[in-house]
Amino acid sequence: MAEMIWLVPLLPLLSSVLLMLGSASFPRLLIAVLGVGSVASAALLTMSIGMDFLADPQPFQMTLWTWMQVGNFSPGIAFYFDGLTLVMMSVITGVGFLIHLFSTEFMEQDSSYARYFAYLNMFVAAMLVLVMADNLLLLYLGWEGVGVCSYLLVGFWYQNSANGQAARKAFVVTRIGDTAMALGLFLLFTELGTLNIQGLVGAANQQWQVGDTLPLIACLLLLGGAVGKSAQLPLHTWLPDAMAGPTPVSALIHAATMVTAGVYLIARTHGLFLLAPTAMMVVAVIGLATSLMAAFTALMQSDIKRILAYSTISQIGYMFLALGVGAWAAGIFHLMTHAFFKALLFLGSGAIIHYLHHEHNIFKMGGLRSKMPVTFWSFMIGSAALAALPMTSGFFSKDQILLQAYQLPGAGPWLWLGGLLGALLTAVYSFRLVFVVFFGEAKTQTEGDTGWRMAVPLVVLCTLSLIGGYFVIPLDQVFPASSGDHPAHWVEYVSISVPLAGVLLAYLIFHSGQLNVDRLVNSSIGQSLRQFWHSGWGIDWLYDVLLVRPYYQLSRLMKGEPVDAFYSLVVALNQTFNHWLAESQTGRMRWYVASMVAGLILLLTMALQISLEAG
Amino acid sequence: MDGLNIPLNHILLVSTLLFSIGMLGLMIRRNIIFILMSLEVMLNAAALAFVAAGAHWGQPDGQVIFLLILSVAAAEVAVGLGLVLQVQRRFKTLDMDDANRMRG
Repeated sequence: MAEMIWLVPLLPLLSSVLLMLGSASFPRLLIAVLGVGSVASAALLTMSIGMDFLADPQPFQMTLWTWMQVGNFSPGIAFYFDGLTLVMMSVITGVGFLIHLFSTEFMEQDSSYARYFAYLNMFVAAMLVLVMADNLLLLYLGWEGVGVCSYLLVGFWYQNSANGQAARKAFVVTRIGDTAMALGLFLLFTELGTLNIQGLVGAANQQWQVGDTLPLIACLLLLGGAVGKSAQLPLHTWLPDAMAGPTPVSALIHAATMVTAGVYLIARTHGLFLLAPTAMMVVAVIGLATSLMAAFTALMQSDIKRILAYSTISQIGYMFLALGVGAWAAGIFHLMTHAFFKALLFLGSGAIIHYLHHEHNIFKMGGLRSKMPVTFWSFMIGSAALAALPMTSGFFSKDQILLQAYQLPGAGPWLWLGGLLGALLTAVYSFRLVFVVFFGEAKTQTEGDTGWRMAVPLVVLCTLSLIGGYFVIPLDQVFPASSGDHPAHWVEYVSISVPLAGVLLAYLIFHSGQLNVDRLVNSSIGQSLRQFWHSGWGIDWLYDVLLVRPYYQLSRLMKGEPVDAFYSLVVALNQTFNHWLAESQTGRMRWYVASMVAGLILLLTMALQISLEAG
Repeated sequence: MDGLNIPLNHILLVSTLLFSIGMLGLMIRRNIIFILMSLEVMLNAAALAFVAAGAHWGQPDGQVIFLLILSVAAAEVAVGLGLVLQVQRRFKTLDMDDANRMRG
C-alpha cells in the first residue's frame, strides 16, 4: 500500500479542481459525493497505509519527481513517511472526513455549495502536502496553500465586508510569521546546503554545537513561522476574528489541523531545536504565556465561537509548552486529542448556531439540554476532555505535558504551576459554557436536534474524545525518549485534582449560584480587569495604535503623491507654454505673414548692426 | 552696353519697393485673388533684382533665374487659381478670414 501514498493528497486535490471547473452544472448530490467521497477515500487509504506501517514500522521516503534543479539545489516533490506523518495524516483525513460530512448538512441552504467544498478539499490537499513533505520547501508550499485556503474560507461569506476584513487580517498577520520562516529556510540552505529535513538535521548535528548562535537564529526564525500559523503570542490576534468563517471551517482549519501546523513544524525539526536550548526555552515560555493569556480572555467572552477560539489558542499554547520542555511525543499526543475534542466542540457549536438562527451569544441561549440531547452530550464530553477530567483523552495528553514540564531542570516547577493555573481556568471557562448554554431557563426557540449527517460526526468524535487517550501512537522512532522516571506522587494528584476544582468552581458560580461573584465583578477593579481581559489583554488595541493607524495615516499622506509633485510641476509648466504657443496659431494667414515680416525685419536689423560693428 | 545706363541702386530700390508693396498687400488684403496678385508682385520684384544684378556683373545667371521664376510663377498661378475656384465653391466667399475654420 505504501507506494499508493501519493494518491492521498491527490484525491482531494482532483476533486477540488473538478468542483471549481464544473461547479455551475453539478447537482448538489454530486457535489457532496465528490467533496466528502474524496476525503473519505483518502482517509481509507491512510488507514490501510497506517496498518501496514504499524505491522512493520519502517520510515520510508518516496520521490515523485524533481521539482526544480538550480545548481546544487534540487528539491523534489517527495514524501517522507514515519510515525509523526501517520498521526498527522490520520487526524487530517479522519477528522477532515467527519467535518466534511457535517458540512453537507450545515451548508445545505448555502448557494455556494460547490465553492465551499472546492475550498475545503483544496485545504485538505495542501495540509496533507504540508505534513508529508520530505523537504522544507515542499512543506512551505503546503504551508502557504493552507494559508490561502484559510483566507478563502474565513472570507467565504464575502458579501459582508466584516468577513473580508477578518480574512485579510488572518492572511496578513500569518504572513508576518511566514516571512520569518522563509528567512529561516534561506539561512538553513546557505549554511547547510540542503532543505531535506532528514539531511538537514544530520548536517546540523555535524556542523553545529549545542548552544551555537546560528542554530539559535535559525530556530527562532522557524519559530516565527510557527507562532504566526499557530496563533501564539504575539501573532495570535487573527484567530478570534477568523471565526467569521462557517463553523465547520473553524472546526477543521482553525482548531483541528491548520493552526497546529506550527506544532508540527517544530516537532518535525526538533533535531535543530535540540541544538538551541535557548530557543526551546523561548518556545516553552511563549506557549505558557499564550495559554494563560487566552484562558483569561476565554473566561470573559460571550460569543460561543470566540470562547472556543481563545480556548484553541490556549490549548496550542500547551502544545508549545510541551515542545519547549522537550516532551515532543506529549505535544503531538495533545495535538491529536485536541483535534478530536475541539472539532467536537466546534461542530457542536455549529449545530447550535445552525438551529438557533445564527445566534452566537451564549447568554441568549440556555436550557438546550433537553431540546438538543445529541449536542448536549457532545458538549459535555468535549468540555470534559478539554478540561482534562480523568479518563477522557485530554486528561492523558495534558497530564503528560504537565508532568514532563515539572521534570525540566531549573524552571520546570514554575512552568508546571503556570500550566496548572491554565488547566484550572480551562475547566472553569469550558464548564461555564456548558452551564450557561445547556442548563437554566430556555431563552430561544430551536428547530429540534441535528439530522443524521450532523449527528454521526458528533457521535464518532465523542467516542474518539473519550477513548483517544488510549491510542498508542508510534512516535518512539521519531523523537528521542524522554526520561522514564516519574515525579513525586503529590505532583500527579495535584495535576488531576485541579481541573476537578475548576469544574466545581464553574458549577458554584454559573449554575447553583452559591458562590456569588457579582460584588467582585462590579467593583471598579473587577470592571476594568473584566474589560481588559475581554478585549484580549488589549493586544488588538495596541496593534491598532502602533501599526494599523500609523499605516493608514501614512497612506492617507501618500494619497496626494507628494513625491510626484516635482514631476507634476514640470508637466504643468509644459502645458502652460503649450497654451501660450497655441494662442498664436490662429489660422489667419495675414497674422502669419505679419509675424514673419516682423521676424525678418528683426533679423535683418541685427545682421546689419553686427556687420556695421564689425566693419 | 550703351544706351540707358541706370545705376544698379535705383533698380534695386524699385525692386525693394515692389517687394514691399507685394508684402503689404499680402498682409492687409483679405480677398484671396488679391493675395495671389500680391504674391505675383513679390515674385516679380525678386526677378527684377536678379536681372539687374546679372546685367551689372555681365553674367547670364540672372536671366536664367528669371526664367526659372517665371515658370514657378506660372505654376503657382495655375495651382492658386484652382484653389481659388475650390474656395469659392466650398465657402461661397473669397474672404480668407471668413474661410478660417480654426477655433483658436
